[in-house]
Amino acid sequence: MAGTDPIHQFVIQDLFPLFTIGGDGTEGSGLHFAFTNSALFMVITVATIVVFLLATTGSKKLVPTRGQLTAELLYEFVAGMVRSSAGTAGMKFFPLVFSLFTFILFANMFGLVPYFFTVTSHIIVTFALSMLVFLTVIIYGFIKNGPKFLKLFVPAGVPGYILPIVTPIEVISFLSRPISLSVRLFGNILAGHITLKVFTGFAVMMIGALGALGWFGAILPILMAIALTGLEFLVGAVQAYVFAVLTCMYLNDAIHPSH
Amino acid sequence: MVTQAFAQEAETPAVDGAAAPATDATHAAPADAAHGDPTADTHATTEAHGGEHESGVFPPFDPATFPSQLLWLAITFGALYVLMSRVALPRIGGILENRKALIDADLAAADADRQKTDAAIAAYEKALAEARSNAQSIANKTRDAINADLAAKRAAVETDLSSKVSAAEARIAQTKAEALTHVDEIAAETAQAVVGQIVGDVSPDSVRAAVAKVKE
Repeated sequence: MAGTDPIHQFVIQDLFPLFTIGGDGTEGSGLHFAFTNSALFMVITVATIVVFLLATTGSKKLVPTRGQLTAELLYEFVAGMVRSSAGTAGMKFFPLVFSLFTFILFANMFGLVPYFFTVTSHIIVTFALSMLVFLTVIIYGFIKNGPKFLKLFVPAGVPGYILPIVTPIEVISFLSRPISLSVRLFGNILAGHITLKVFTGFAVMMIGALGALGWFGAILPILMAIALTGLEFLVGAVQAYVFAVLTCMYLNDAIHPSH
Repeated sequence: MVTQAFAQEAETPAVDGAAAPATDATHAAPADAAHGDPTADTHATTEAHGGEHESGVFPPFDPATFPSQLLWLAITFGALYVLMSRVALPRIGGILENRKALIDADLAAADADRQKTDAAIAAYEKALAEARSNAQSIANKTRDAINADLAAKRAAVETDLSSKVSAAEARIAQTKAEALTHVDEIAAETAQAVVGQIVGDVSPDSVRAAVAKVKE
């Protein structure tokens, strides 16, 4: 049963406990910190990115090797994204956008390896990342523009009598950004992994229940799972891209608040 | 529904927050009990759904896992950010900048060479045009000199010829005039002779007068 349970893959398991803040010492009380399977894959994700980028660019070749070219393409892809969405002034956030993009991309890709934990399938992770973007936008927006940052909520060229309607809408849409940003990524990854698991689990159950006939019946769900795996690779890449692009656009608001 | 073996299977990789190494599957359930967990019974039930943490909620919404995830996200993402912004991105940016500078320098050198070539071609064409116009002028001069020489010579010959012609004409006219003067004398002599034969002697003067009269 556990083998086909589509939810089991999202379970956080403590690999070794670290410490607990507060609580009365009983199970589940206080803030419990541990090195979990999620933490392990965060470390793997970051280590892979860092090792890949540093190893491939070590020789600084004029004519790049394949690895160096990949690293350069990744760099130029994100740099182009930042430059086109947030302008040259947005390039000071390039490391942030690059880190976000590569972290989400690699986490999503690792998540598609069987038995690997998907870091981005937990709302708290995606929400923390989106709050990082949201707070960066607010803090940098106020530091750079001062009170003029609030112009963001008063679109230029809108007649005065519509402002009482438009401004609350703008405020609500601004405040809902971290939610939409995090839920979009979380929802896509979660739904994709559940769907994959359901189809593969269906194949396993068929074989278990129907024997030889089940092998035949399992072909369809397996084909579906293969197709879905391809789709999930696409979704993983697209969601990382979407997260990075939206980050750039939100940062653009902080840099140029007047629409 | 919950069998002991199944609860153990779900429990296997877990460490229940306490120091006890619960990774030994056979001790999983007793370890829980040893913790004095008052919810030990329900605990086993929830683990049938695969929950490692006590609450039976959907794992992504289990707040008990939030502190660990946030902690490790902060550590790993912070490390990633620092390494990217301090090491990896400046390095890749440097590589790209280097290459761009080199390509730009090469392009500039090529452009300078091209301009030099253009200048050389222009100089060559200018020299060629000059040489051509020089040659033209030399040819023109030579032709003019030859023409002038020719014309002078022809004029000299013509004047020489015309002077000779006029001299000859003058001589002819003189001879003719001379001849004509002799005609009167011959006529007078002839007339004198004829008249002398017919009527006898006449004075030459009268014959001459008569001839002159007839001639008029």
